Amino acid sequence: MIETNSNPVTERLSSKDFAPDQDVKWCPGCGDYSILKQVQTIFPELGFKKEDYVFISGIGCSSRFTYYMDTYGMHSIHGRATAIASGLKASRPELSVWVVTGDGDALSIGGNHFIHLLRKNFDIKILLFNNQIYGLTKGQYSPTSETGIVTKSSPYGSIEEPFNTAELALGAKGSFVARTLDRDPKHMQAVLRQAHVHKGASFVEIYQNCPVFNDGAFFVFSEKETKKEEALYVEHGKPLVYGQNADKGIKLDGFKPSIVDLNDGTSSINDLWIHDEKDKVKAGMLAAFTDLNHNGYHLPRPFGVLYSIDRPTYEVQMANQIEAVLKKKGKTPLNEILSGDKTWEIA
Amino acid sequence: MVVRFSGDSGDGMQLTGMQFTDTAAFLGKDLATFPEFPAEIRAPAGTLAGVSGFQVHFGSKDIYTPGDEYDVLVAMNAAALKSDLKNLKKGGIIITNTAGFDAKNLRLAEYPDGVNPLDDTSLDNYIVYKVNVTSLIKDALSNLGLSNKELERSKNMFVLGMLYWIFDQSPEYTIQFIQEKFAKSPVIADANIKALRAGWNYGDTTEIFNTRFKISTSKLPAGTYRNITGNNAAVIALIAAAEKSGSPLFLGSYPITPASDILHELSKYKNMNVRTFQAEDEIAGICAAIGASYGGSLGVTTTSGPGMSLKAEAMGLATMLEIPLVIINIQRGGPSTGLPTKTEQSDLMQAFYGRHGEAPLPIIAAASPADCFEAVYEACRIALEHMTPVILLSDGYIANGSEPWKFPTGDQLQPINVVFTDKPNSEEGIFYPYRRDERFVRPRVKPGTPGLEHRIGGLEKANETGNISYDANNHELMVHLRAAKINAIADHIPLQKLDSGNENAKVLVLSWGSTYGSAKGAMVELLEEGKDVAHIHLRYLNPMPRNLGELLKNHKHVMIPEINDGQLIRIIRDRFLIPAVGLKKIKGLPFTTGEIKTKINELLNS
Repeated sequence: MIETNSNPVTERLSSKDFAPDQDVKWCPGCGDYSILKQVQTIFPELGFKKEDYVFISGIGCSSRFTYYMDTYGMHSIHGRATAIASGLKASRPELSVWVVTGDGDALSIGGNHFIHLLRKNFDIKILLFNNQIYGLTKGQYSPTSETGIVTKSSPYGSIEEPFNTAELALGAKGSFVARTLDRDPKHMQAVLRQAHVHKGASFVEIYQNCPVFNDGAFFVFSEKETKKEEALYVEHGKPLVYGQNADKGIKLDGFKPSIVDLNDGTSSINDLWIHDEKDKVKAGMLAAFTDLNHNGYHLPRPFGVLYSIDRPTYEVQMANQIEAVLKKKGKTPLNEILSGDKTWEIA
Repeated sequence: MVVRFSGDSGDGMQLTGMQFTDTAAFLGKDLATFPEFPAEIRAPAGTLAGVSGFQVHFGSKDIYTPGDEYDVLVAMNAAALKSDLKNLKKGGIIITNTAGFDAKNLRLAEYPDGVNPLDDTSLDNYIVYKVNVTSLIKDALSNLGLSNKELERSKNMFVLGMLYWIFDQSPEYTIQFIQEKFAKSPVIADANIKALRAGWNYGDTTEIFNTRFKISTSKLPAGTYRNITGNNAAVIALIAAAEKSGSPLFLGSYPITPASDILHELSKYKNMNVRTFQAEDEIAGICAAIGASYGGSLGVTTTSGPGMSLKAEAMGLATMLEIPLVIINIQRGGPSTGLPTKTEQSDLMQAFYGRHGEAPLPIIAAASPADCFEAVYEACRIALEHMTPVILLSDGYIANGSEPWKFPTGDQLQPINVVFTDKPNSEEGIFYPYRRDERFVRPRVKPGTPGLEHRIGGLEKANETGNISYDANNHELMVHLRAAKINAIADHIPLQKLDSGNENAKVLVLSWGSTYGSAKGAMVELLEEGKDVAHIHLRYLNPMPRNLGELLKNHKHVMIPEINDGQLIRIIRDRFLIPAVGLKKIKGLPFTTGEIKTKINELLNS
């Protein structure tokens, strides 16, 4: 077996070591600032040498991220960061490769590469900044925008159904599917750490506010007036509890998730659904919470690691196959390849 | 001597032709081949659409093309005869399988009711041998307990046996091939070998054939040879370039005819640390190669015309990043799906200009199957040493065709110098990713190199620092610097030489890519006739050799034959302001030497 991601750190790094000399040029109040801060905060602890991190991004506001991390990085073309990262990781498995992308970049123009990276399970960390809008092109609806949204390109409202990103990632056989949001730094840091530790494609959807073109799209999940009723934080092995006073829970009624009141005497915490991040069926149900309701009430939006399972990564299998064939056949001298096995002489 | 094997797609004509070729090569004949097959994997049996042909030109003289007309046509059914009779020489030999001329086959081949060309006078100008191969096979293999269908599969071997007898070639090479190929099914191996021998014996004993040819060994330069197709030569070149440059090889590719064989063949070489990545699409193929190149590998992507279009945006990125990348385009008839199994040279303009922005790239074209080795090796050398994407143009004709190759040894190959920077390139200790050397080449750094962390990207970058810059003057400077880097490559390629002919000849033929063979064939004949002609073959299309303009101006007429609607001619007229004359063919087929000769004679007489 070829071991990857095992470079020992010889010197202590700080978050400042990851801040380059270039000015950060996102709009004031953009959720991207928080994401940059959390990444710079956790990177010194992740255990890699600074020179072994590589960021690959596509095009869009999110993709400028690469310029703001003092690591190796490539700001590439729209939608293709995942494809470029695949080639890099396949050929340099020892590097820690991170893709920064957005809802337009990953799910619209780059949708094909996105699903295939997840399927092939490269050990690459994908941070998808979802703001449900095109920001850099100044405000068109995106594949995650809600139906009916009025934007520059949908003045009478969008007629499109948005992607359910978590369902898409699970359907593409993603081995790690998580969701967090810009306004919860601690939670984001925890999720990013888990994404880093996961050996395989880690998909982290980060709800990110665009104050200019789609302000407040996720405020129900981040602001104190509503977040406790609308956001459900899941943790492996813990029951699904939420609500203003942690007084609500999710119970499984056969295959149907139902909302229960923990204070009305009908259900106790012991009746609740216990989150199991290895359970794909349940992960699929959690992902579907976005579109489901119970007795007319919509279900809360899950945050945290919805699914995480170990399966072989592409780059390790590729390296192992090379090693196995090399062991069996040995390296062929170049001259033998040039001559082939059927030659003739002309005198 | 030109032999055309023609039959149904399922008749095994490609295999038969290749075996005949390998045997001829093995016995020291010079040769050129031309496989021609339909785009449909299995078109309806017996129809004209399903005809699959394999043409081999072999002999003792130098051979540059698969031949304009054939001396022998092997027609396994009525459709094959109808489709390929037109290019058989008058007085040529036709060998037919009469079982392929029953009522059903005649109808499928669209002969009028009641007409059988084997029974009427339409073939009177040819020597026709009618052999009921199907029935002879059944007799010869009757004791093997095979089904009729299985017996039928061996009929190509019977025909091959007859051909070996006619051309006095030993069947031993093919017998060995069959034994290796069917090592796991001895009954099938036995059936094929018996069929082969039965065909040979049929020729030997029946006295049906009154002609037997003896072709002496060719007068190729002394040395050790192998037979090679263009795509296989490309594969070997990639491996050799990786070895000589000390770079791991990475191919990002998506299946497309006629380039897929490179992916297939290269994926066998895992023991050479070759990484082949079958990507989800053409774009991912080139992007993965860019990612691997960024990581320090020799990044390569292979495709054909439509795939080139899809890769164009990523080529722009690689041009902007200034990283090594080899883009191999096995051209085919276009536009769109066009003629996927036929040849064309119609992507030259695309290679020159088919990108957004000012994005010049080096372009190299392979001249023949064996030349694919040198051309691809050169593409790798230039990409790695000059930090640029390089476009290599081949086409379906030379990619699938084969010829004898006097292969080099590893130490005869030009070294490829790859340098990775691991220290800052300034006295103040700062690393400037876009500070250039005297060839305008920027330093290459592998991610993982301590202290040199930096960002590169598709946005315009400030000179030297590589930081994002929207400054007007800087953009113009960077466009000029990127172009200067490509132009400077002209100092690192050989000067142009005449391929043959007289320095101040009245007519100069300027060929590029796979038209080499037809042009060369025409030149040999014209020079023998004492005509005042010369030939330049252009391998380096961009940048062009520094002395090309001077050479062109020495001739009254410059004639440019192309398998397209006139592409190089426009570039040559534009660059050198000369009234070059074109010869165009857009039929999905290579030029015949006759076509080129006719045009040259026309100019000589003008």
